[in-house]
Amino acid sequence: MFFPISNSHINPLYLVVVGFVIGILGGFFGVGGSFIAGPALRLMGVDWNYAVGTDLAHIVGKSIVAARKHRTLGNVDLKLGLIMAVGTIAGAEGGAQLIQALKRAGNVNTVVSWVAIVVYVGISVFMLWESHKTLKLHKGRSRPTAKAAESKADHSAFGPVTKKIQGMKISPMINLPTSGIRISLWIILAVAVVGGFFSGFLGGGAGYIRMPSMVYVLGVPTHLAVGTDLFEIIISASYGTFTHAIKGNVDILIALVMHTGAVIGAQIGVVATQYFAGPKIRLAFVPLPLIGAAIVIYTLVTGHKF
Amino acid sequence: MKQDAAKSLRAFAAELGVYAVLVTGYFFLVLHVLGNWLYRLETQHRLLYAFVAVLLIAGQAVVLDALTTVLFRLVRGRSK
Repeated sequence: MFFPISNSHINPLYLVVVGFVIGILGGFFGVGGSFIAGPALRLMGVDWNYAVGTDLAHIVGKSIVAARKHRTLGNVDLKLGLIMAVGTIAGAEGGAQLIQALKRAGNVNTVVSWVAIVVYVGISVFMLWESHKTLKLHKGRSRPTAKAAESKADHSAFGPVTKKIQGMKISPMINLPTSGIRISLWIILAVAVVGGFFSGFLGGGAGYIRMPSMVYVLGVPTHLAVGTDLFEIIISASYGTFTHAIKGNVDILIALVMHTGAVIGAQIGVVATQYFAGPKIRLAFVPLPLIGAAIVIYTLVTGHKF
Repeated sequence: MKQDAAKSLRAFAAELGVYAVLVTGYFFLVLHVLGNWLYRLETQHRLLYAFVAVLLIAGQAVVLDALTTVLFRLVRGRSK
């Protein structure tokens, strides 16, 4: 099938399958899946600028479906999501500006690649350690059942540090009854700005940073972090789609086709979260950033841009 | 338990079948009707294209989500 906007020929079935896989990942982990979608579009010969912009448009659609489903399950903290959206957009602009500065310096590819490898591997190693430790600590105390997972009760080996962060009384303090926490507005904004910065710097929705940050820094239960992250991605990715579309980087026809597969995948992913306790979702999340790191290492070693 | 799993798998397969037919029809209807118009919009009116792009993907998300939810209900209801 010919897509005139990006001037590329792609089998629509391929796009639907890619969308389906990313939909499952997004619904289950609350991530955009840009580390798969970008290279998948590049494989079909779509230029990088279109791959990045089109992926963002597809993320908007997929996140709407997954966030709506999560909302019916009580997994979305709207207040937290709206506050974070402000910080994310500001951070994304900062990340994009740094990219422009590195472009002018002429070493953007090397710097971004190394930062991506360090960030992806760092997140994976930390989450592997934490979820493994948490599961070990709570082994035998309670049997994980679908009912237990539904209660959203969450445990983390990083809990004492999270409690200290929540204890910082930097005015104004914000009550988040849905997430069951009270925390400084500045800490929420700091987490959002960091997530947004990496979104602008490394591309995609940066759910691989925001979801763990919400759990470990803010102390949001994992199920709520996944749902709220998706809600927040709708706002930040819509903004990203709009700015990329103005710059001529979005082939909306490709995004619409990919999204038809993502609708089914996202529903399956969301329902699956109900059968896993928080630490198990976090443990299953570990390979995702590693896949991203492997792709970046491959492009560094071979010089191949997918 | 196994019977329940087989039932929901059958329901899901049926839903996928109906969904595939609908999506194929959608490809021909929407992409062929909108394709040229969107291409012209992208080349001539970038700002309007940006608005339309966000609206289209958001609109499709809401419509397809509602459609799959109805399909889930219909298929599951009949399998019971």
